[in-house]
Amino acid sequence: CCCCNEVGCKPGADGDDSLYPIAVLIDELRNEDVQLRLNSIKKLSTIALALGVERTRTELLPFLTDTIYDEDEVLLALAEQLGNFTMLVGGPEYVHCLLPPLESLATVEETVVRDKAVESLRKISQEHSPVDLEVHFEPLVKRLASGDWFTSRTSACGLFSVCYPRVSSTVKAEIRQHFRTLCSDDTPMVRRAAASKLGEFAKVLELDYVKSDIISLFTALASDEQDSVRLLAVEACVSIATLLPQEDLESLVMPTLRQAAEDKSWRVRYMVADKFSETFVSLQISLCFNCIHSVLTIWLSDLCLLCPVSEQELVSDTNQHVKSALASVIMGLSTILGKDNTIEHLLPLFLAQLKDECPEVRLNIISNLDCVNEVIGIRQLSQSLLPAIVELAEDAKWRVRLAIIEYMPLLAGQLGVEFFDEKLNTLCMAWLIDHVYAIREAATCNLMKLVEKFGAEWAQNTIVPKVLGMANDPNYLHRMTTLFCINALSEACGQDITTKQMLPVVLKMSNDQVANVRFNVAKSLQKIGPVLDSNALQTEVKPVLEKLATDTDMDVKYFAQEAISDANVEQRLVQQAAFIFPADQTCCSLAGSQDRSEQRNTVVSITACNLMNSRIACTNPSQTVSFPNFFQPDLHAPVHSLFSAATQIEFDQTNE
Amino acid sequence: EGRGKDPPHLVGIHSVFCPFSADIISTVEFNYSGDLLATGDKGGRVVIFQHEQESKNRPQLRGEYNVYSTFQSHEPEFDYLKSLEIEEKINKIRWLPQQNAAHFLLSTNDKTIKLWKISERDKRAEGYNLKDEDGRLRDPFRITSLRVPVLMPMDLMVEASPRRIFANAHTYHINSISVNSDHETYLSADDLRINLWHLEITDRSFNIVDIKPANMEELTEVITAAECHPLQCNVFVYSSSKGTIRLCDMRAAALCDRHSKFFEEPEDPSSRSFFSEIISSISDVKFSHSGRYMMTRDYLSVKVWDLNMENRPVETYQVHEYLRSKLCSLYENDCIFDKFECCWNGSDSAIMTGSYNNFFRMFDRNTRRDITLEASRESSKPRATLKPRKVSTGGKRKKDEISVDSLDFNKKILHTAWHPKDNVIAVAATNNLYIFQDKIN
Repeated sequence: CCCCNEVGCKPGADGDDSLYPIAVLIDELRNEDVQLRLNSIKKLSTIALALGVERTRTELLPFLTDTIYDEDEVLLALAEQLGNFTMLVGGPEYVHCLLPPLESLATVEETVVRDKAVESLRKISQEHSPVDLEVHFEPLVKRLASGDWFTSRTSACGLFSVCYPRVSSTVKAEIRQHFRTLCSDDTPMVRRAAASKLGEFAKVLELDYVKSDIISLFTALASDEQDSVRLLAVEACVSIATLLPQEDLESLVMPTLRQAAEDKSWRVRYMVADKFSETFVSLQISLCFNCIHSVLTIWLSDLCLLCPVSEQELVSDTNQHVKSALASVIMGLSTILGKDNTIEHLLPLFLAQLKDECPEVRLNIISNLDCVNEVIGIRQLSQSLLPAIVELAEDAKWRVRLAIIEYMPLLAGQLGVEFFDEKLNTLCMAWLIDHVYAIREAATCNLMKLVEKFGAEWAQNTIVPKVLGMANDPNYLHRMTTLFCINALSEACGQDITTKQMLPVVLKMSNDQVANVRFNVAKSLQKIGPVLDSNALQTEVKPVLEKLATDTDMDVKYFAQEAISDANVEQRLVQQAAFIFPADQTCCSLAGSQDRSEQRNTVVSITACNLMNSRIACTNPSQTVSFPNFFQPDLHAPVHSLFSAATQIEFDQTNE
Repeated sequence: EGRGKDPPHLVGIHSVFCPFSADIISTVEFNYSGDLLATGDKGGRVVIFQHEQESKNRPQLRGEYNVYSTFQSHEPEFDYLKSLEIEEKINKIRWLPQQNAAHFLLSTNDKTIKLWKISERDKRAEGYNLKDEDGRLRDPFRITSLRVPVLMPMDLMVEASPRRIFANAHTYHINSISVNSDHETYLSADDLRINLWHLEITDRSFNIVDIKPANMEELTEVITAAECHPLQCNVFVYSSSKGTIRLCDMRAAALCDRHSKFFEEPEDPSSRSFFSEIISSISDVKFSHSGRYMMTRDYLSVKVWDLNMENRPVETYQVHEYLRSKLCSLYENDCIFDKFECCWNGSDSAIMTGSYNNFFRMFDRNTRRDITLEASRESSKPRATLKPRKVSTGGKRKKDEISVDSLDFNKKILHTAWHPKDNVIAVAATNNLYIFQDKIN
C-alpha cells in the first residue's frame, strides 16, 4: 500500500470487497444507534487488525482518546478492549500508545468505566518494560494523582501498587509521597479510594516502609472525620495485619482496631464486626505454626480485654445492623479459637445472642451453627437452641418463620434424627397448616429435604401418616397441602410407598367438592406418574383422569387432559424409540423397563441423540457419532439439558 | 471588595424578562465556584447562566452571566393509580461538587429527582468510509482504503444529558434535596419522610426519617425543609411546620427517627394569636458555610442558631414586622403560606431573604444593620446603584417611603442565591431573574 505496508490495506483499482465489512464497522463507531456503536467497539480488534499496527497507533488510538463523550456502556466496552490491545499496536514495545485513551477514560465520572480503565491500565502495566514503565507509565500515574478533578485522583490510587515494585528507588520514593498526599486529599472521594487501596499498596511496600508510612496513614485514615473513610480503613487492617510480624501487631494495629470497635458510627462498628474473623485468620496465616498458640493466647487476652470494651459492648449494641453482622461472624471465630476457648469465651455470647430480641441476630447464629458443631458439638447449645428455634418458628413475621424453615434441614442434620423427632417434628408439621402460603410451600419443600436426609423408612413412620391424615381436613387449603406434600415426597419415598399409601389418597380426593382440590389431583397424578409402575398407571390413574376430564369445572378438565396427553406422549415416544432402534438391545430393554422414570430418561436421550445424529450426519457425514457410545453414559445425565439440546436442534433443522 | 462596607452598594448587572407563567422561577442556585448559576421554573425547565470572563474594556464590571445551557428537566406526568397530576415544576436544584470537566446537578419536582450532566463539546469526528463529504453514498465495491475518522474543532456546544433518575421513593411532595459532604450520598425530604440515596444507585434509597403517624388523623406537623451539614457527613437537620428544627446523627443508628438535638424557641405568650402556629412554620433551613450555625426562615423573621445552643437562636432579624397587623388579610389571600427561602453570603457575615412588593432584605451580622432593596425593572437599570427602600409603619409617611397598604403581595421574592465567594447575588422575582453585584469603585 502507498500509505503503509500492512495487510488489509491493499491497493486495487476495482476495490477490495474484504474491506467493506471493516469500513462499515469503522463508520458505525459514530452511528447514532448506541447498539451499533457498541457492536463496533466490541469488534475494535477486527478494525485494528485490518488497519495494521502503524495506523492503529497513529489514527485509531488518537480518535479513541477523544471519544469520551459517548454513553457509559460504550466507554466501558472501550476500556475493556484496550486492556487486550497490546499485540494490535505492535507488541510490548509500543504498549505505551494505549495510555492516552485509557488516561482519558480514567477521568470520566462513571465509576464502572473508571474502574475498568484502571483495570486495563493495571493489565498493560505488566507489559511495559521497566524502562517504559518509568518513561511512560509512571508519569501517567503522577499526572492522574495530581489532576485537578478528583475522578483522576481516585483512579491514580489503584495504579500505585502495580508500578511500585518495578521502578527505581528514587521513583519509589516519589510514589510513596504521592500516595501519602492522596491519603490526606481534600475530597472524601479520594481519601476513600486511597483507603480502599491501602492494603493492596502495603503488600508491595518494603516492610520498613509499611511500618513507617503505611501504619501512620492507616492510623490517620482510621480516624478520618468522615465515617465513610474510617470504615474502609478497617478493611485495610486485614491485609496490614498479614504483613507485620507478630510483635508489632500489638503496638501498631491493635490500638486502631480497638478504637474502631468503639467508634461512634454504627457503620464503622459494623465493619469491625464483619471483618473480625478475617483479621484472626490473617493473623493465623502470617505466623508460623509454633507461634499460633501463644499468639492466640495474646489475642484471647486481648479479646477478654476487648470484651468489656468492645466485644461485649458490641453484643449489647443497640444497633441491630451491627449486632446481626457480629452474630454472623462470631460463629466463625470458634474454629480459630478451638474447643476450650470457645466454650469459655464464646459460648456465653452465643447463648446471649440466641435470646436476642432481634430475630435477625438469632437467625444468624442458627445459620452458622455448623462451625460451632465442628468444634464443640451442638449438644452444648441444644438447651438454649430449642427455645430460640421454637420462638422463631412461631414469630409473628412470616419472613422470619420462612427463614427458620430454610435452616431446618441443616439443623436436622446437625442435631440428629432422635432429637429431631422428639422436639422439632411437631413444628415442621405445624408449618404445613400455616395461614401463609409461602410458609406452607416452604414446609413441603422442607419435608422433602428431611426425607432425603433421614430416608424413606423414617418418612413412612413419621411424616407420611400425618400428611395423609390432612386429606380429611375440613379446610380445603389443608387438603391441598396434602397433595403438594405428595408431589414433593413421592420421588424421595420411592415407588412402593407412593403406590401403596399415597396413590389411594390422591385418587379418593378426586371426588372432592372443591374444584381447586380436584384439579390439583390431576396435577399430582401427572407429577407422581413417573414414580408409579405402569400397571397402576393404566388401571388406576387413567380411569380417574378420564373421569376428571369430563368434570363440570373448566380448570379441572384442562389439567386432567394435560395429564392424559403427557402420559400419552410418553407412551408414544417409548414406542417410537423401540421402532427406531430395534437393533439396540440396551435401548429396547430400557424402553420395556418397568421403571417409568428410567424409561422416560431413555426416551428423551434417544430422541435427543436421534436428532443430533441426523443433524451431524447431514452437515458432516464423517463426524457422525456412533449411537450407543453417545447415549449410554447419558442415561442418567440431566434430562433437561438433553431435551433442550434436542429441541434446539429440531428448531435449527426446521429453519434449514 | 465591598465586604468591609456596609450596607453593600449593589448595582444591577442585568435582568432577564420572561413573559409566560410557565417561566415563573421556582429555584435559584449557584454552583460551588459561583461560575454557574442554575434556575428552575414552573415549566420544568432548567436554565444555566455562565459567568463571562472579565473584559478589559469594561473593568468596572466583574463580568456578566449569560445563558450557557437550557434544557427541559421534567415533564408533566399523570399518576394513573392515584389519579394525580404531577407538576413539572422544579422544586429544587442542587449542584454536585465538580468531579471532572463536566458539571452535574440534581433537579427535582414533586416526585422525581434527576441527575443531569452538563458538558462541553468542541470537537467533531469527520470522514466516513461509505459516504462522501457531501453525504452521497459511495459504491461499496469501490472502497480501496480504510479511513479512520479525524476529530476537527467545531463551535462550542453545551450538552445536558440525564444521567440518573431517582424515582418512586416519595409518597408526598419533595421539598428539599441536599448533597452530603461525603460526595457520594444525598438526601431528599418530603412532607413526612427523608430518604438517603447513593448518587450512583437509583433503584433503592434508605428511609432515614419517617414522622408519619399510624393514623393520619393524628398528624400534627410536617417536614418543611432538610439539609446536610456542609462538613460532617453524618449530620443533617430538618425543620418542621411547628417551628422546630431537629438535628440527627446518622452514626447513632441507621434510622434517625430519634433526633440528637432539638432546636426550639419558647413562644412569647404575649404575642400569641390565631396565626402564631402558621407564622412560626419554618420555610427554609440553611447551614452556614462554616458549619457552626444554621439559619431558619419563618414567615416574619429569620433566625440564626448556634448548633451548640438549642433553646434559642443567637440572632433574630425581622424581615417585615409591619405585616403582623395584616396577617388576617394575608391569611385570606393565602400569602401567609408563602415559603420564603434564605441564604448566607460566602463568609457567613451577611444573610439575605425575600419579602413582598419585589423587596428583598439583607442583614449584616457584625453590625446588625439591615437594608431593604427592590428588584424591579424600573428601579434597577443595568449598572445603576440600588436605592434602599423603606416601608412606613407609623401614620405619617415620609418622602420616598412606601405605605404598608400599597405593597403588592403578588410580587414576591421567594428565591434568592448568593455567590459562594463574591458579593454577587441572584434574585428571582416571579418570572424575572435579577443579578446584582457589589459596586466596584
